[in-house]
Amino acid sequence: MTLTETGSPAAVPAGTPPLLEVDNLHVEFRTREGVAKAVNGVSYAINAGETLAVLGESGSGKSVTAQAIMGILDTPPGFVTKGSIRYQGDDLLQMPEGVRRTYRGEHLAMIFQDALSSLNPVFSVGYQIAEMFRVHRGMSRSDGMKKALELMELVNIPAARERVKDYPHQFSGGMRQRIMIAMAIALDPEVLIADEPTTALDVTVQAQIMALLKELQRERDMGLILITHDLGVVADVADKIAVMYAGRIVERAPVYDIYARPAHPYTEGLLASIPRVDMKGQELFAIKGIPPSLMRIPPGCPFNPRCGYARDICREQDPPNYPVGDAHDSACHFWEEVVDGTRR
Amino acid sequence: MGRYALRRLLQMIPVLLGSTFLIYVMVWALPGDPFAGRCGQRPCTDAYIAAQTAKFNLDDPLIVRYFKYLGNLLQGDLGQTFAGQNVSDLVARAYPTTLKLALVALTIEAVVGLGAGVLAGLRRGGYFDNFVLVSTLFVISLPVFVIGFMLQYGLGIRWGVFPVTVSAGAPFADLILPGLVLGSLSLAYVARLMRSSLAENIRADYIRTAIAKGLPRRRVVGVHAVRNSLIPVITFIGADFGTLMGGAIITEGIFNINGVGGLVYRSIRLREGATVIAVVTLLVLVFLLMNLIVDLLYAVLDPRIRYE
Repeated sequence: MTLTETGSPAAVPAGTPPLLEVDNLHVEFRTREGVAKAVNGVSYAINAGETLAVLGESGSGKSVTAQAIMGILDTPPGFVTKGSIRYQGDDLLQMPEGVRRTYRGEHLAMIFQDALSSLNPVFSVGYQIAEMFRVHRGMSRSDGMKKALELMELVNIPAARERVKDYPHQFSGGMRQRIMIAMAIALDPEVLIADEPTTALDVTVQAQIMALLKELQRERDMGLILITHDLGVVADVADKIAVMYAGRIVERAPVYDIYARPAHPYTEGLLASIPRVDMKGQELFAIKGIPPSLMRIPPGCPFNPRCGYARDICREQDPPNYPVGDAHDSACHFWEEVVDGTRR
Repeated sequence: MGRYALRRLLQMIPVLLGSTFLIYVMVWALPGDPFAGRCGQRPCTDAYIAAQTAKFNLDDPLIVRYFKYLGNLLQGDLGQTFAGQNVSDLVARAYPTTLKLALVALTIEAVVGLGAGVLAGLRRGGYFDNFVLVSTLFVISLPVFVIGFMLQYGLGIRWGVFPVTVSAGAPFADLILPGLVLGSLSLAYVARLMRSSLAENIRADYIRTAIAKGLPRRRVVGVHAVRNSLIPVITFIGADFGTLMGGAIITEGIFNINGVGGLVYRSIRLREGATVIAVVTLLVLVFLLMNLIVDLLYAVLDPRIRYE
């Protein structure tokens, strides 16, 4: 992989809108206790065949952004308050629900973290895959089941013919995730969102699932948005990375740059907290403090209470996105110090 | 599942034996003389008492009597009343009416209860939800005879929408109002059960998946959410059908229906031991069978449950 392939919005030929473009998205949850600002001005874009990894800890807004793209936010309490989500130039947020529904499954598809709870326990896996063809393509039940069988074979489920009428609880975790994938890619969508697809699986199975996703993406030239908190997964599969913190993107970069030249203290902290074989026996680095409550995000840079570089300006001014390099930007006033490695 | 059903059927034998014995003992342990007042104003003649004593083996010890009764029962002989009527004839006359009334009540409670529960569960906290909660609470708090007389007066006498009482032969049209009264309490429970079950399931992960698949809302709710929410409700309705088939003394009384409830009530008052034992045993059997059907249905609805 080369850096020129990374396809940031700037790399796309003028006039062609990106496959999927999220622009200045704001999402908030209105609860009895107050308003939680889950997503605060997220922008990212993805093209066909490209993999964007969205990185961040729990509550950073990465899943909420994905749910807003799919249109599966729990509303209420969740509301998109600002921004746009354009699929091939058409704003999904402006579409009536009846039209938007036809995009789900057909053009945009999503797989979830916990395949057991995400599959309906009372219908056979074949029925649930076949449903895609019956609803979107008007196929008969038996034709749908034939398609379901083909898909189960495609995602390498052993003895698929015997298992097509089995129920989700009769499969192992990895097999269930394969079924989720089969269901998501059934109608050959252009964009696939994978929300922590391997978190609930053990390590050997994780690698198989990632390999399968990667292979399907290559064959079908899909845009893949991979939501994860696992930096190890990212390095192998992603073309570019967006790091999220407290509902915003703090750093965006081609995957190689993130590891070579992190330009945001939070990214730097994440990288430093990966266990390493050559550091065995030493204490593992941890970012001090806890993420802010989304109901009370601190003024200025949201990361400032936990940041070693923080000065007065960080408590007063929300940092803009400073360009760091080609398709690489960082929302840190002192990004140059971070890149230079003059830490503390 | 076949072996499981067979085992459950075999288990019914000791349960039935035990319950017939208990009922038999209790019926004949009722205090008082079975022949008191049986012959009008005069005491019964010695010849009559002797004949009845012989017929019901009243001179034998209780345990011997019970086994003689059981022997007849196994040959299909349910016995006779003191007046010489066959108990099987009485049951055959009353049971179809009870069955019809139970079916009407069950249909009303299932259709109205499930419908109200689904609509309320989808819009929790909305006007309809609050209406369902308040009205079902009202129904649950009222004794059935109050509901019965109120509806009979309002819908039957005042507005004449339904017949006031049920005519001979108990046609289905006459049974709608009594069915509504009889099913009202369960209707309230079904609505509330369905409401909370659906409200819980509608937030499940697989519902989010169903929406993400691009399914229309009526399919998301009607197929994915309702199917899962039905599991506890069907169990309740099934068990309730078992109860309904045991007859309804109060509702039958209000609407002049000749069902099993009234038959048992009259037999107890008249000390017709043979009738009481036969009918109650039959009801135990029906209840056991209904429970078995509910358990088997449970496995059909929820594939995670398997019986070995």
